Amino acid sequence: MNRRLVFYRAGQLLVLEAMLLILPLIVSLIYGEMICVKAFALTMVIAAVPGLALSFVLRPKTRVFFAKEGFALVSLAWILMSLVGALPYVISGEINSYIDALFETVSGLTTTGATILTDVESMSRGLLFWRSFTHWIGGMGVLVLMMAIIPGNSGRGIHIMRAEMAGPIIGKIVPKIKDTTRILYIIYFCLTALEIILLLAGGMPVFDSVVYSLGTAGTGGFGIKADSIESYSPYVQWVITAFMLLFSVNFNLYYLLILRRFKTFVTNRELWCFGAVVLISAAIIGVSIYPLYNSVGDAARHAFFQVASISSTTGYSTADFDRWPQIAKGVIFLLMFMGGCAGSTAGGLKVSRVMLLFKQMKKEFRRMLHPRSVAVVKLEGKAVDDETLRSVSIYFSVYIVLIALTFIIICVDGFDFQTNLTAAVSCVNNVGPGFGAVGPAFGYSEYSDISTIVLTIAMLLGRLEIYPLILASDPRIWTKGSRKAARP
Amino acid sequence: MKIVVVGAGKIGSTMISRLVTEEHDLTVVDKDVSVVSEISNIYDVMCVCGNATDCSVLEEAGVPEADLFIAATASDELNMLSCFLGRRLGAKHTIARIRNPEYNRESLGFLKQHLDLSMAINPEMLAAQEMFNLLKLPSAIKIETFSQMNVEIVEIILRKGSLMAGVSLMDLRNRFKAKFLVCAVQRGSEVFIPSGSFVLQDGDKIGLTGSPAELLKLFRAIGLEHRQAKSIMIIGGGRLGFYLSRMLENTGNSVKIIERSPKKCNELSQKLSRTIVINGDGAQQEIMMEEGLENMDAFVTLTGMDEENILISMFASAHKVPKVITKINRDELCDMAEKLGLDSVISPRKIVSDRVIQYARALENSAGSSVETLYNIMDDKAEALEFIVGPDFSHTGIPLKDLKIKDNILIAGIIRDRRPMLPAGDDFILQGDRVIVLAASGRKLGDLSDIIK
Repeated sequence: MNRRLVFYRAGQLLVLEAMLLILPLIVSLIYGEMICVKAFALTMVIAAVPGLALSFVLRPKTRVFFAKEGFALVSLAWILMSLVGALPYVISGEINSYIDALFETVSGLTTTGATILTDVESMSRGLLFWRSFTHWIGGMGVLVLMMAIIPGNSGRGIHIMRAEMAGPIIGKIVPKIKDTTRILYIIYFCLTALEIILLLAGGMPVFDSVVYSLGTAGTGGFGIKADSIESYSPYVQWVITAFMLLFSVNFNLYYLLILRRFKTFVTNRELWCFGAVVLISAAIIGVSIYPLYNSVGDAARHAFFQVASISSTTGYSTADFDRWPQIAKGVIFLLMFMGGCAGSTAGGLKVSRVMLLFKQMKKEFRRMLHPRSVAVVKLEGKAVDDETLRSVSIYFSVYIVLIALTFIIICVDGFDFQTNLTAAVSCVNNVGPGFGAVGPAFGYSEYSDISTIVLTIAMLLGRLEIYPLILASDPRIWTKGSRKAARP
Repeated sequence: MKIVVVGAGKIGSTMISRLVTEEHDLTVVDKDVSVVSEISNIYDVMCVCGNATDCSVLEEAGVPEADLFIAATASDELNMLSCFLGRRLGAKHTIARIRNPEYNRESLGFLKQHLDLSMAINPEMLAAQEMFNLLKLPSAIKIETFSQMNVEIVEIILRKGSLMAGVSLMDLRNRFKAKFLVCAVQRGSEVFIPSGSFVLQDGDKIGLTGSPAELLKLFRAIGLEHRQAKSIMIIGGGRLGFYLSRMLENTGNSVKIIERSPKKCNELSQKLSRTIVINGDGAQQEIMMEEGLENMDAFVTLTGMDEENILISMFASAHKVPKVITKINRDELCDMAEKLGLDSVISPRKIVSDRVIQYARALENSAGSSVETLYNIMDDKAEALEFIVGPDFSHTGIPLKDLKIKDNILIAGIIRDRRPMLPAGDDFILQGDRVIVLAASGRKLGDLSDIIK
């Protein structure tokens, strides 16, 4: 593998992170939190010095990315980003344990939104902003951002994009990868800005609306209030509901809208499927919780908000859904698995993958009845090749194994079954809250250090769709021998 | 520029790799999923999987906004149809690969006009043309012509004891009394543009510019054989073999084709009049010896297998055939074959991609002084371009010695009123001239003004 290239890019990434830290630094300055200013400044130095060193010393001879380099870089980048991103919490002294700070950062970057904080409201503004800003960075992917702004990513950058962006099939929307990543980020930025404006219009304070918009955009879920969104006005709740759903739609579709290719947009099956699931789930929950609220408006608002929040894997809440009827909790639990559409910032399995799994199931059943039948699985009107299908089924198996492993390890801590299972599912799918002791009203602070580390790793694996990290942990891909002659 | 390429087979993929390095926005359409995924893994292009004659697929690929649409699938008819659709959907220019000999007479002009094709490319025809030029001047390893054959760039290798070795470039012209210019030298793997004090060595590969007559004079003076090849043996009677034999027999050469398939032999002998068609395996040494390999002036291998071509060519070289031309399709093998001592290696794919690049660059700069012809020379390490000076070129009438020309660029010829001249310091460029420029070390020129600092 071309280690030089991977570390060179990783160095650039650290420099980029140092630059991104300027924003929370400014926020701290505005609110006059000098401890935070120091913490951010120090972290910037810690990130920038080795970053600059790496990117100046290691000028790579070839800049061709093969699949291997792509996986390695994505894993390395995310680990480095998290390690550095956790420093401000520790340096400022607001989170004492580095492991907890790391959990918080990874939870931010992977857009999970699970927190170990017990008293969010006492945190300083700068750190709260950084916490939510990690959602925004991690939502679309930091390497994708790097590709959009730093020149010199040629040719096979698609491997990086594929390793970092979520979904079974990652396509470009314009020929050049650089233009594609730019368009995606511009759409991302504009939608976020729009949400901020709409929230401001609803009378939300500036800091709150920025932080909540960043959290919604990345489908993360860090709030700045102990009760998440509950205390805000219904208007704010509806706006956030809408944007959580908007951010879990494939961003390529927005580009189609800009191009005025409405027909392709309207006939997108994944979108319809996602919409149908959201509507049906909200209807079931709405009916089941009606007795609790005795008002159609309230029941609908809570039902829609929770469904949008969980299916987009954001994790905000307007009510403690842990106390809802079992059927509502059941629906919410299942929604955690599905997640949003491919190519969005949402986590989970992705709607298109679930669709493919069901279609494969149908095909297999038909084959049992009619052994000679030939059936092709189609998605968006196009035949899906066997390789993609196989990788989807394998991914599902690996994903279940990951949940199972995470679950069994954290069981050691002695919480009840429901808490442990939903904690594992929620972390792997980057949702955030679960039920029981990790329900929306509580956090992950009670878990022991070992469980915290396991959940941290589970979140990273879930965000990067498992493979990159597992492949990069194989020492063989880090050896030099397999560097190949480059074709441009 | 937005370019859509339909069909990512052999020719298609070579074109894609070249167009990508030219930084175009490329979209590739192919019906084979595995081809599409392979291409999207290697190159920074957008891929669309689907049928090239399906309008919705073409629309998805952005054909309506495309500046150039290239159809290079395996089927001529499909290429024509998809070019037609592409043009109707709004592509500004279309290029189709059309290789069937049946289309290449009267019907082609008609088709081109009615399908509104900008260009029809026939890879085999182009390759045959290049081989034909080589056979006319067998001592060269590669010949490229400019300005309707008025100026040539000829590559030769200085063999041991060559009269040109050890002489500085300044003295060369006086010594051999011919008007020519050494425009590029390849020593080892490096290519550079030499200055007047440069001294040539044995083993250098050099590029010479001049009019065909003057170059012939030089070749005579330095004792390089200049006799045209008269009797030629061709192994492999595919389309390329057919085109080449037809050209050769029209100019009165004696041609023998050895072809394995009896059916193809039959067709060939129907279409060709004086060529001797022999049914047999070209790889069999007895057949070649029986047909008089050792008395041949030239030997051309055109079978479908690159490896077979290389081996048979080496066999012929070992039997002292003066000129051996090898057709090789895969780029990787081209370099290898040259290392093995085969001088004249011709790749139809490369020729086609040269043409397409030339067309694309000309399109991009159609406002200024556009690229008329473009060749990759010296193992693709340098480019030779011909420009027609347009009204926008602001440096007309200035003596060349006063122009600040970028490094690694040489003005190798100026053609005024169809008369070629070798540029000296006092010469100048006028509007309407054709200027031949040589650019080494990866410079990509699109407009004549690009040569000025």
